Amino acid sequence: MSSETKQILTTDGIPLEVSLKKAERKNKIKAFLLVAPLLFFLIITYVFPIGDMLFRSVDDKMVTQMLPKTFKAMENWDGQELPDEEVFAAFHEDFIKLVEDKREGKLSTQLNYTKNGFKSIIKKLRRASKKFEEGNYKEQIMAVHKRWADVEYWRAIQRRAPEFTGQKYLKGMDMYVNEEGKIVSVEEDRRIHRVLWLRTLEIAFFVTVFCFLMAYPIAHLLATLPMKYSNLLMICVLLPFWTSLLVRTASWMILLQQQGIVNDFFVGIGLVADDNRPEMMYNKTGSYVAMTQILLPFMVLPLYSVMKTISPSLMRAGKSLGGTPFVAFWKVYFPLTIPGIGAGCLLVFILAIGYYITPALVGGASGTLISNQIAFHMKSTLDWSFASAMGLMLLSGVLVIYWLYNKIVGIDNIKLG
Amino acid sequence: MALPKYTEPHYRIWHYIYLTICAAVFFFLIAPLFVIFPLSFNAEEFLSFSDGMKSLDPDAFSLRWYKDMIYGTKNPWGLAAKNSFIIAIFATIGSVILGTVAALGLSSRHMPYKGLIMAVLISPMIVPLIISGVAIFFFMAKAGLAATHTGIVLAHIILGTPFVVITVTATLSGFDHSVTRAAASLGSDPVNTFMKITLPLILPGVISGGLFAFVTSFDEVVVVLFLAGLENTTIPIQMWTGLREQLSPTILAVATCLIILSTLILVTAELLRRRSERLRGINR
Repeated sequence: MSSETKQILTTDGIPLEVSLKKAERKNKIKAFLLVAPLLFFLIITYVFPIGDMLFRSVDDKMVTQMLPKTFKAMENWDGQELPDEEVFAAFHEDFIKLVEDKREGKLSTQLNYTKNGFKSIIKKLRRASKKFEEGNYKEQIMAVHKRWADVEYWRAIQRRAPEFTGQKYLKGMDMYVNEEGKIVSVEEDRRIHRVLWLRTLEIAFFVTVFCFLMAYPIAHLLATLPMKYSNLLMICVLLPFWTSLLVRTASWMILLQQQGIVNDFFVGIGLVADDNRPEMMYNKTGSYVAMTQILLPFMVLPLYSVMKTISPSLMRAGKSLGGTPFVAFWKVYFPLTIPGIGAGCLLVFILAIGYYITPALVGGASGTLISNQIAFHMKSTLDWSFASAMGLMLLSGVLVIYWLYNKIVGIDNIKLG
Repeated sequence: MALPKYTEPHYRIWHYIYLTICAAVFFFLIAPLFVIFPLSFNAEEFLSFSDGMKSLDPDAFSLRWYKDMIYGTKNPWGLAAKNSFIIAIFATIGSVILGTVAALGLSSRHMPYKGLIMAVLISPMIVPLIISGVAIFFFMAKAGLAATHTGIVLAHIILGTPFVVITVTATLSGFDHSVTRAAASLGSDPVNTFMKITLPLILPGVISGGLFAFVTSFDEVVVVLFLAGLENTTIPIQMWTGLREQLSPTILAVATCLIILSTLILVTAELLRRRSERLRGINR
């Protein structure tokens, strides 16, 4: 061998390495071009809008836009004593403009979020402002109500100056920024969101556990039975899987109602008295039962596909080496199914944590989840920025699990049916 | 599953307990679906079995609710069914085309950033529907597509493509690429090769992905609830409204039709899966 390697040339006289790289690049571009239409479609219609949610959730321009001059004047205010005439004059100017546009009501709602007590004093100010004389606005405004002379309320206005805020996220965790600028929790009896988060986790966790306990034996049976029987039984798993979610929820509503078949059965076998039929729907029980049945196929299918690959001779070997069937199962079979357990549990947990339709129909007030709260704010209160914030909090949780799933199972190993 | 003759008695008992548990779980899975069937033929307005039904009195059964479903004046099922089918068909076509083409690219070993791109393409399946619903609603509202069929079709394409991508990439994983090279060496251009060689071979995967996309669209309610106006009502929306307000037996008639439809789809999907496995030489 000579000290310098001789360059290999293609027939065109281009170095082979260059030519190969060029071909590779061409192939890469070709492959990418095939994926590009879907990728860009999803980026525009799906990924960006989720980013838009992030923007909406921290967006707090409303008050900033309503009181532009006030906030400009407040820049020089230290927040210790009452602001001086300049701020009052600017506030008066902004306020008169809002009254002209009939938007002072929105301002009072917004400011009331920050501090209670703004609603009435803004109403009073609107009435009084019609008779205001030019000049010396500080005294005129302070004379309207004693709260206008309270520095706390001016500090509350100043807190709304930034265009962006994390307060929706804090609200989602039942926290807020108090007068001193510290993050504190709301009173215990008003912590509705924390209750919901915990309940969502609790229901998702127990539904996953129930699904696992029920799916493991039947997946094992399906994997060990001869083909002709297992195919038939597989239909029992696949038919619910392919059936409309609403149909399955409807059937649970029929079964679980107070005059329903399950209650009839309990009365029939003497478990409960006819005049004391338990409520099994519109509470947590309803959510548990219906969600478990609906999500069960998502647990069975991954378990089955893993169990199918485990050779029966392994169990026989375990037994022949002196293990009892239980020992052989626990030491040989069970560890081999762990990938399937991981896949199934993560899948069911991800699906359960974001469930909306079923809890809304059979969950009642005590069985609804965080998704229902998001929908409520999207549709009823129209507080879209809060809905976005809650959605993103849920999404970040799901993405962590998704990432775990990808690590453990691999995203391209998802199997369907 | 017969036990060997030498099995000790207490293992035998355990085995029967195990079989009983399995039977109970299968019952739990499938029985709720069969409750709907007889009740949809109820002659009365109640959603529980009447005494007449229990004694199999023919007068206790009727097609009343099916007639109501089809001819009922107040019932919007006709419009809903029409919308549902139109939306599902277009969404399926869109998902199948975009998803199959993307799967071809993803299965190429030259594909850069495969993991990351796959994660993005699958994400609509993983992200909770309520979040997808909010995000898609914001987009459609900005684009002026809220309360239009186009908007709903686009939304369902987003939700349906992951299924097509997954099933087609799975089919392509067992695909013998030498056949396309053979076609190319015989002078076929890539499009011709795809239509004549690749597509027929991966067709079972494409169709079963399409079935998933169809069912996803046909059954989708969360996103449509955000997007649909009165004109765009679909079967799931009508069911949702009906279930929230008043459970009427008409809903059970509709549900029965939906169960029959899903049975047909299941059978098709199963036949396709077996055919695909046979074609790919996977014998189980």
